[in-house]
Amino acid sequence: MTVELVDLVGGIVGRAQPGEDIEVYAARGSSTTVRAYGGRVESLRSGASQGIGIRVLVGGRQGFASAGSLDPDVVDETLAEARENVTFAEADPHQGLAEPDGVSPPGLDLSDRSVLGLSEDDRVAIAIDLERRCLAADPRITGVRTSAWSDGWGEAALASTRGISVYSEGGSCSVGVQPLAVEGGETQIGYGGDAARRPDELDLDRVVSEAVEGATGLLGAVKPSSERVVVVLEPSVAAAFLGVVAGSLTGDRVVKGRSPFADRLGDEIAAGCLTLVDDPTDPRSLGADNHDGEGLAARRNVLIDGGRLDHFLHNSYTARRAGGRSTGSAVRGARSTPSVGVHAMTIAPGVRTREQLFAEVGDGIFVRGVNGLHSGVNPVSGDFSVGAYGHRIRGGSLAEPFREATIASTVQRMLLDIIEVGGDFEFLPGGTGMASLVVADIALSGT
Amino acid sequence: MSSSSAGAPLLDLDLVQATLDAAMSTGAEWAEVFAEDRQAGGATFDEGRVEELSSSRDRGVGIRATVGSLTGFAHTSDLSPEGLAAAARMAAAGARNGTGGPVADLSGSAAASPRVEVLPSSVPKAVKVDLLKAADAAARGVDGAISQVTVRYSEGRRRILVATTDGVLAADDQIRTLFSVNCVAAGDQGLQTGRETVGYTVGFELFDQFDVEELASRAAGRAVTKLRARPAPSGEQPVVIRRGGGGVLFHEACGHGLEADLVGKGASVFKDRVGQLVASPLVTLVDDGAMGVEWGAIAIDDEGHPTQRNVLIEDGVLTDYMWDHLRSREAGRAPSGNGRRQSYAHLPMVRMTNTFVTNGDTDPDDIVADTPHGVYVAQLGGGQVNTATGDFVFGMTEAYLIENGRITEPLREGNLIGNGPEVLLNIDVIGNDFEMGSPGTCGKDGQGVPVGDGQPTLRVTALTVGGTAG
Repeated sequence: MTVELVDLVGGIVGRAQPGEDIEVYAARGSSTTVRAYGGRVESLRSGASQGIGIRVLVGGRQGFASAGSLDPDVVDETLAEARENVTFAEADPHQGLAEPDGVSPPGLDLSDRSVLGLSEDDRVAIAIDLERRCLAADPRITGVRTSAWSDGWGEAALASTRGISVYSEGGSCSVGVQPLAVEGGETQIGYGGDAARRPDELDLDRVVSEAVEGATGLLGAVKPSSERVVVVLEPSVAAAFLGVVAGSLTGDRVVKGRSPFADRLGDEIAAGCLTLVDDPTDPRSLGADNHDGEGLAARRNVLIDGGRLDHFLHNSYTARRAGGRSTGSAVRGARSTPSVGVHAMTIAPGVRTREQLFAEVGDGIFVRGVNGLHSGVNPVSGDFSVGAYGHRIRGGSLAEPFREATIASTVQRMLLDIIEVGGDFEFLPGGTGMASLVVADIALSGT
Repeated sequence: MSSSSAGAPLLDLDLVQATLDAAMSTGAEWAEVFAEDRQAGGATFDEGRVEELSSSRDRGVGIRATVGSLTGFAHTSDLSPEGLAAAARMAAAGARNGTGGPVADLSGSAAASPRVEVLPSSVPKAVKVDLLKAADAAARGVDGAISQVTVRYSEGRRRILVATTDGVLAADDQIRTLFSVNCVAAGDQGLQTGRETVGYTVGFELFDQFDVEELASRAAGRAVTKLRARPAPSGEQPVVIRRGGGGVLFHEACGHGLEADLVGKGASVFKDRVGQLVASPLVTLVDDGAMGVEWGAIAIDDEGHPTQRNVLIEDGVLTDYMWDHLRSREAGRAPSGNGRRQSYAHLPMVRMTNTFVTNGDTDPDDIVADTPHGVYVAQLGGGQVNTATGDFVFGMTEAYLIENGRITEPLREGNLIGNGPEVLLNIDVIGNDFEMGSPGTCGKDGQGVPVGDGQPTLRVTALTVGGTAG
């Protein structure tokens, strides 16, 4: 299979006409998902998928086409469409394919084949077991909305007329479970999940305990009163917030003037305790990779260093516009042109435990989850307002749960209002390495 | 060009029949073949130039086989007889050891015609590019503060064919056209954004009905207005929502909770509430997949059932949930045309189509005049709901203060948060100015489908506004 996919993309690149640049990205893979309900399999879904994306460039003009099939007739149609699309685009002197830059890829071995050895029985057993363990964990857990196992294996090849040719393959697996806790006519839903490259790296005990505690911990939660508070964001929430920040530090937003930090390079934009890095060369992260979406070597980039804005992330296009070099931060699938994004965001952890953070805060709130990130956060203006739930912190320790509240500030202010980074560093299922964050002066809205 | 005649079926009917037979070969009781061919095209105009034109093509088949409540499913983009047979065997392997079932002979029409006046793919790309340019120029002409304009055009054609062992054979040819303008305005206080989108289940005739320059001016005006916006208040406030600006409230506040799959698993606050008063008696809530050319309109759902108008809440009383094939079969009732899926590679589930609140009888101006103090929301963004608790959030993308019965200062963006069952009961007045809102994409369990929503101007006595001002 390896040879075929590399040959396929190379063959299309070889069809480039004089004056024409072509880049081809092709991928294919298979996946299986098992959902359990009521102690039995609810659904077993499997399938194969393919995709191809072709970029054609002529004199700074770009055309793109993609398809969900690698059949020769579809490939021909896709190339023809991309060529036709070129004729309507307007020239941009910075537009173009990535040029090899001599940086060596980190040489990570990310193609562990253990998911390929899974049987249907293995998958079913885990999905059913997850549900059973949630039900057994607490008498208030009355049901489980979904208990699911997924795994997949895929390969991808990228080649271009500029001499780029890379290939990768790899697998991953994940679980997710949503138990329902019921008490006195009130229902709360929890969620637990994990993802890894190997099945034995999944921490099922933790998935169950997080899911069950997430549901039962919110029973009896009430709407809090509105006030300004100190918040402790648990790592997944901190990751959601810093994900918005990192998005504002990506090349497309910066060069197009859609980032509040566009002209702040070198400035102190955050509290001195914050160091934020994008490091796809760290194999502990599920976001680790040898290459970026344009085939350049993946590399470690420091975004914020002790509060100072150190680097933006760039792909080839945004780097040319900014007058610099690509940071190896192109992200893409077969179905879109390369954009700029974070691969494996990591925070430099502090030293204190979460309990010590609560003790230091004294009175405030511990935010376990947020929602409405897509609707309440404007990454251009920096306005930040999200639904939040979690627990009050009183007298230095966790107290009653709250829900149906929002927390609000601006991204710019929150960065400066960070008091401390926790020592509770962990890699989240998506591949982000994160710790709890303590942030002062947040507007909590409730009654 | 008017409706063309029905094209060839997506799959040869003998092949469909053979695939159903293969899916039933190891004891399944019911099977389904879903074929899809999707073509999409788009163009982006950014920073004063055509940035990119793109095209995409997808086709494939999803095969379902069931034994009792167990579903085996396989999907493939290999449409050869061998590829389909392999996928059918894989689906069958997921639903084996049942007692088997009959396979009805397929008859009827397996081809559909597009219901549009002008096929978007028949329009030269240069014409589409000209629309983008016109919108860009109009937006930039509104105010010198407009620093960035992004205009997008997209067209999609989705042909589907559904066949089942109980004799369903149906096809649809779904065409959607969409145009959006995003503006950034730069001022002393930083950047602000404004957005306008129109999209319908129509062809290129969309642009006979909508003037892209007017659309662009509105988006630009929204961004410029927000430059002088002040922080939104914090805490509970009366909230008036302008017609067409807040259907997402109902989509989130109760729509998801009325999906029979969530109800069946106890993950909805509306479980066991049929026949009860769940909303203000002013509220009648409808989901209608057969609603003209709205964004969520489809002739058949993705299980081959015709869509229809389903009244979910009538005068405040919960009348029914929404249903798909599996859930309606379990409940021994007819499906409601709400079985949808993102693509051939996904299992269908219960989804909304066009969800809206019907007209009340109050003049919308009187609603504002009758509100001494509160927030006027002209446009809501996306939202999210926890169906188990009914707690939901949604973003205000254009909002103003109401002071002494008048709309005054613009407010910065923020989320509103509320509890579905409480909010439904706290609607105290509904206007007579019903309008559908902007096209949306509803996400559920990782699958996105196009949906519409709408509502007349209405007031909620108290919602928590997630601002920062005291």
